[in-house]
Amino acid sequence: MAYTITEKILLAHTDKKTIAPGEFIYAKIDLALGNDITAPIAIQEFEAIGAKKVFDRRKIALVPDHFTPAKDKKSAEQAKILKNFAKKHKISNYFEVGRVGVEHALLPEIGLVGPGDLIIGADSHTCTYGALGAFSTGIGSTDLAAGFITGCVWLKVPETIKFVYNGKLKHWVGGKDLILRTIGDIGVDGALYMAMEFTGEAIKALSMDDRFTMCNMAIEAGGKSGIIEPDAITKKYIRSEGRNVKGVFYKSDEGAKYRKVIEYDVNKIEPQISAPHLPSNSGPVSKFKKVNIDQSVIGSCTNGRISDLRIAAGILKGKKVNSRVRLIIIPATQKIYSQAVKEGLADIFLNAGGVFSTPSCGPCLGGHLGILASGERAIATTNRNFRGRMGHPDSEVYLSNPAVAAASAIKGRIAHPEEV
Amino acid sequence: MKFKGKVWKFKDDVNTDEIISARYLNTIDPKELGAHCMEDIDPEFSKKISRGDVIVAGRNFGCGSSREHAQISIKGAGISCVIAESFARIFLRNAINMGLPILEIKDINGIKEGDYLEVDLNSGSVLNLTEHKEYKAKSLPKFIQEIIRAGGLLKWVKRRHKIM
Repeated sequence: MAYTITEKILLAHTDKKTIAPGEFIYAKIDLALGNDITAPIAIQEFEAIGAKKVFDRRKIALVPDHFTPAKDKKSAEQAKILKNFAKKHKISNYFEVGRVGVEHALLPEIGLVGPGDLIIGADSHTCTYGALGAFSTGIGSTDLAAGFITGCVWLKVPETIKFVYNGKLKHWVGGKDLILRTIGDIGVDGALYMAMEFTGEAIKALSMDDRFTMCNMAIEAGGKSGIIEPDAITKKYIRSEGRNVKGVFYKSDEGAKYRKVIEYDVNKIEPQISAPHLPSNSGPVSKFKKVNIDQSVIGSCTNGRISDLRIAAGILKGKKVNSRVRLIIIPATQKIYSQAVKEGLADIFLNAGGVFSTPSCGPCLGGHLGILASGERAIATTNRNFRGRMGHPDSEVYLSNPAVAAASAIKGRIAHPEEV
Repeated sequence: MKFKGKVWKFKDDVNTDEIISARYLNTIDPKELGAHCMEDIDPEFSKKISRGDVIVAGRNFGCGSSREHAQISIKGAGISCVIAESFARIFLRNAINMGLPILEIKDINGIKEGDYLEVDLNSGSVLNLTEHKEYKAKSLPKFIQEIIRAGGLLKWVKRRHKIM
């Protein structure tokens, strides 16, 4: 029987002998993740049903990252629920402000997730860890509560769409552009209930950070998961910087069945923009050069990693942000923050007239640290441009890669990095 | 279980930010979340509806985030069930796990805002009382029916794992 990498990982987490798309399975999980928005509901349900113990205190991560540092009293109360639960159940993977980062950047960084793992997270962007060759999917708080109790999750084995990216990326084009283009082609429900397997020459050459960006946005096409076969780049990542993840390196079999195979010639792909109000409204940046902006946000679980900040700094060095524009740069974790300070990136941002903020999901979901007024428009390296996502229902968000967001901050309008 | 209620119609791709904006995610109180249900599409929505009313939408209802505040908000507003041409994956599983009734029907074009529907959850029949037309919902897989019959995922888990 020929299997995809996704089918192999799922099979390994059941006591079944075979597996097939469409089948319902009850699978063992390697990690269950909750944040300050979703975990309070899970904890309330956990307690309401009368559960006393978590299945494994080392396989739970509680990451208060969305509204922290607490933006108001109610958010502080939500975060406190996580803290108390972690204390009560001796959960060591709880991260207080000062050590916390945006969950999907933090967990890979500290080696809590690795190849071959089955991870569930009560956050839709949990699909990010597929970049390491894991099966990783977003679920809700009730699933999380059940996971805390049982260490298991119910899943329908997904069909897989294979995306093959041939060729070499142009300068200023990265993982973000590939995924925005892909979502534009298949639509926001183009991969509904399915796994998205990214492969091909361009993916094999892609850095870990760019791979995270791609898998992160699988959900924006309705996908259950995004996945990339682990290789030497993955191996180097999980064994470096103090991480000591072993992992199981699965590969898709030749002859594995796919719902569809979609091929790209990436040589032709320009930096992409997704216009309001759906991530699927994507097109080349050259089509959007007349769009003025009020704010540029560089950060989030999609593009708040060190390589994103290096790209932005490369463009902003010695330049000034347009007088009408707010540039808000939010490193995704403390480690990235500290690295950016060490490398002088923070100075570049500050000298350009931007702000360099503490790690948080912040404005990405309209939480805090940069909310838009009515009629205002932002370019952002985040993942969603739904109506009202970053603030007022009459504001607008355009999605892009960090180079385009930095260039646009200088120009005061959407700009190609070559223009600055 | 049977419901009768007035239809409130929505487009394709209604996302979770529209169902309940992130600015209200600092609480899990059903009343408060219910008061802001669908606010960014229609600020008056929660005031206009009556208990038992039905949401009818196009494709990919509930796309976006994993927030169960969306289901809590819909239930808190007094909506009895959501009918759509298709549901986003996480919204679908959250609704099943939490016990918010949802039904998938192929084509909602014959149902207008303000129509009265009678929904029979057991048979999957959706009767448009205004237009005298019947629709049949897609039947759910056995495994999912088992969770629904148990009264939601945690009750199903409690039984399966013989906890407590």
